[in-house]
Amino acid sequence: MENINTTPISGTIDQDLLLREQDAMCVNESKLEHKWYHNLKYLAVGIGFGILFVKAEIISWFRIQEMFRFQSFHMFGVIGSAVAVGMLSVFIIKKFNIKTIYGETIVFHVKEFNKGNIYGSLMFGFGWAITGACPGPLFAQIGSGATVIAVTLLSAIAGTWVYGYFRDKLPH
Amino acid sequence: MNIIEYISQPWPWYVAGPLIGLTVPTLLIIGNKTFGISSSMRHICAACIPGNLPFFKYDWKKEIWNLFFVAGIFLGGVLAVSLLGNPEPIVVNPNLTEELNGYGITDYSSLMPSEIFNWANLFTIKGFIMMVVGGFLIGFGTRYGGGCTSGHAIMGLSTLQWPSLVATCCFMLGGILVANFVLPFILNL
Repeated sequence: MENINTTPISGTIDQDLLLREQDAMCVNESKLEHKWYHNLKYLAVGIGFGILFVKAEIISWFRIQEMFRFQSFHMFGVIGSAVAVGMLSVFIIKKFNIKTIYGETIVFHVKEFNKGNIYGSLMFGFGWAITGACPGPLFAQIGSGATVIAVTLLSAIAGTWVYGYFRDKLPH
Repeated sequence: MNIIEYISQPWPWYVAGPLIGLTVPTLLIIGNKTFGISSSMRHICAACIPGNLPFFKYDWKKEIWNLFFVAGIFLGGVLAVSLLGNPEPIVVNPNLTEELNGYGITDYSSLMPSEIFNWANLFTIKGFIMMVVGGFLIGFGTRYGGGCTSGHAIMGLSTLQWPSLVATCCFMLGGILVANFVLPFILNL
C-alpha cells in the first residue's frame, strides 16, 4: 500500500488503523471495545463545543472576514490561546503519564509531511474565506438556524469523496 | 443582570480559546481520541457512499465517536441559539462594515449575513460559488491537506508537529489571499 503517511506506534500493525490514519489527524487509537452508549460522552463534549462555537461567534462569517483582514484580534486570540492550553495539556499528560479513564496509556501519533499539507491546506483556506466556516462551524451553523449551510456541508462531503476518488493521481 | 443574561453576551476570546484548548486533553482522557473534525466527513463517505474506493474501505464504526462528536456540535448550535441567544446585532470592525455596505450586506442580526446565505441565493452565481463551491473546497482541501483547524492548528500544534505548522500557515495564507483579493469580486457578482 502506498502513501501511508503515518508512523505506526505499536508493534502490531493494524491495517485498518493504517488506512484510517491516511490524511487524518484524528483517529481512534483505543483498542477497547465499548457499548454504543459510551459514545454519548463525545456527544456531550460536542454539545459543549457547539455552544462555545456559537457564543464566541467563531461560526460567524463576519468574524472570519475580520480575521483574514487583520481587523480584529478575536479569532487570533481564540486560536492562539487554544493552542497554548492544548500544548500545556499535552505536556502535562506526557510528563505525568496520565492514563485514560479506562486505564489505557494515551497515544500520540506523529504524522509525516507530504505535499498535500501545502496544496490541500491552501484549498481549504480558499474555502474557509469564502464560506466563513471550517468543518466544525459548519455543523454549528446549521444548528444555529442557517439551514442552507446543510448544502455547504453536503458539498464538503462531496469534496471529500472526490478527493478519495482522485487521491492516487494527486501529488503527495 | 442575571446569569443567563450574562452568559448570553458574546464570550471573549480568553474564555473561548482556553475552553477549546481543553477539548484536547478531554478527548484524550475520556477515550484516547485525538481532536479533529474534518475526518467526520470522510467517515460519512465511508458509511454511506464508499463507492469501492480504497480510501473509504475501512471500518468506519471504529470512528463513530467522531460522528457523535459532530452531532453534538450541531445540537450545541441549536441550544446556544434557543437558550442563550444574543438579541443584539453582531459588532464588527467599522472598516469591514463599510466594505460590506458596498456589496449590499447590511444585516448584522445573525452570525451569518442573511443577504448571502439563504436558500433563494443557492441558484444565483454568487450564492452557488459561496455555498456550494466553497463547501467543496473545504471538503477536498481538508482531506488533501490532512486536517482542518482543529486537527492541524490545535491538535497538531499542541503535539509540536511541524507538518501541522506548515498546513496551518498554508490555510491562513489561502484565506488571507482569497478574503482580500478574490472575495470582493465574488461579492460584486
